[in-house]
Amino acid sequence: MLPAPAPVINSTTAEFWKATTEGRFILQRCDACDIVLWFPRRNCPKCWTEDVSTFDAQQTGTVYSFTVVRKGKGAFQNAGPFVIAYVELADGPRIMTNIVDCDIDALHVGMPVEMVFHDTGEGSALYRFRPLSA
Amino acid sequence: MMTIRGAAYVAGIYEHPRRDIPDRTLFEIHTEVALGALADAGLTMSDVDAVFCDGTAGFGPLSLVEHFGIHPSYFDSTETGGSSYLAHVGHAAAAIAAGKCSVALITLAGKPRTGRSVVSYAQGPETGFESGWGVSGAPHTYALAAQRHMYEFGTTSAQLAEIKVAASIHAQYNPNAYLPYAVTVEDVLNSPLVADPLHRLDCCVVTDGGGALVVVSPAVARSLGRTSAKILGHGEAVKHTSNGGIDLTYTGAVWSGPRAFAEAGVSVADIKYASIYDSFTITVLQTIEDLGFCKKGQGGKFVMDGGLVAPFGKLPFNTDGGGLCNNHPSNRGGVTKVIEAVRQMRGEAHPAVQVPNCQISLAHGTGGSLGSKHGSVTLILGQEDA
Repeated sequence: MLPAPAPVINSTTAEFWKATTEGRFILQRCDACDIVLWFPRRNCPKCWTEDVSTFDAQQTGTVYSFTVVRKGKGAFQNAGPFVIAYVELADGPRIMTNIVDCDIDALHVGMPVEMVFHDTGEGSALYRFRPLSA
Repeated sequence: MMTIRGAAYVAGIYEHPRRDIPDRTLFEIHTEVALGALADAGLTMSDVDAVFCDGTAGFGPLSLVEHFGIHPSYFDSTETGGSSYLAHVGHAAAAIAAGKCSVALITLAGKPRTGRSVVSYAQGPETGFESGWGVSGAPHTYALAAQRHMYEFGTTSAQLAEIKVAASIHAQYNPNAYLPYAVTVEDVLNSPLVADPLHRLDCCVVTDGGGALVVVSPAVARSLGRTSAKILGHGEAVKHTSNGGIDLTYTGAVWSGPRAFAEAGVSVADIKYASIYDSFTITVLQTIEDLGFCKKGQGGKFVMDGGLVAPFGKLPFNTDGGGLCNNHPSNRGGVTKVIEAVRQMRGEAHPAVQVPNCQISLAHGTGGSLGSKHGSVTLILGQEDA
């Protein structure tokens, strides 16, 4: 399995990362202007209100772009070739992530994917994607 | 409306000739390039009344000014990665226009080969969401931009390779270039993939070194014996992920370019030479589209058949060999972009790549990542009488 290094967590992102340990991916929505927010923030980046709420997002999307890193560094040094991608979520935001459990040669922009969670062992799980099972 | 058009001139330039500098400290390189550019202008350190540097020079202007032993009346440490130094030129011109200073010194130094290569920034709000995925180098995120551009517009790896080929044709005339020889499209395509679709030869070189610029008021420029380049226009912009709405097919040049052209009062047809930031081949391709040298998506066709090769291509670019072949000091190529543009305006590029009658040129910087956020800065320069 691809290494799952723990992310940096702060007071604003703690709720998000806690949810990942329960297999949930939460997004924020601005209560005032109704836009979906990415990444987690205290203030809406459109109207700057603090009135934002969270919801459980759909865990599907499509590959917006991807790259195969041929040799990683640090925790990924011995990972072999792996995929970094932007996935466009069904709820809208394009998010940076990894694609796992996939045939690298079959990977393509527009490919439907579904979310998986890889536990970091430190109170968080990394949200990654695999090809959507037919 | 007040503009900087003609309010300041680039009077001195200096590019460190070495690409490995194990025997000098970062600050010694700053001094070496500063003295080089001041000597080129016919000025001395005691003439300097403004200092500009990036965020990697210790405590910025505080450390640098102490090191230089001067007492300037103006300083600026705008940090936008490799585009910082183009921003510094625009900011220096504005400060000179406002009467804050008259001799501005801009320096860059770095030792990614023989010294410390990692620049550490404070954690931003995106930190936990753009790390952890194994991103450990600039190629990884620029590759995401290349892949999407290919998907939307049919751009090919061979077209990206043409950009490296053009830079390498120029580099063979630069004895200081890190890679001073010509390569072919096949050489690029046969070099190892770093992060698909980018090959090793789609990437810039990693070099120690630095460079410096001296920006002066019109009165100071007139007093000097050296030919200066007139600053005609400047534009800058940050492109970011836009709250999960990132579009990887364009750069901040779509905003910085029009700002610079409007201030200069010129159009793309007037540009005889362009220094285009070339951290990667895709950086050039997207930028020439975004600056309006061709339509969006047509960059691949534009660069084919020697479109970027000096002196007679459609848009002669990076005649020093650029970051792709010559020099990318401190992993930041902005200062060399201005330096080569000034050489072209002075008629001091290598004769094999000197653009005839180079009255107006453009220099563009892209700092940060095309794959997330970056600072784009466009400068338009003219000959003294432009």
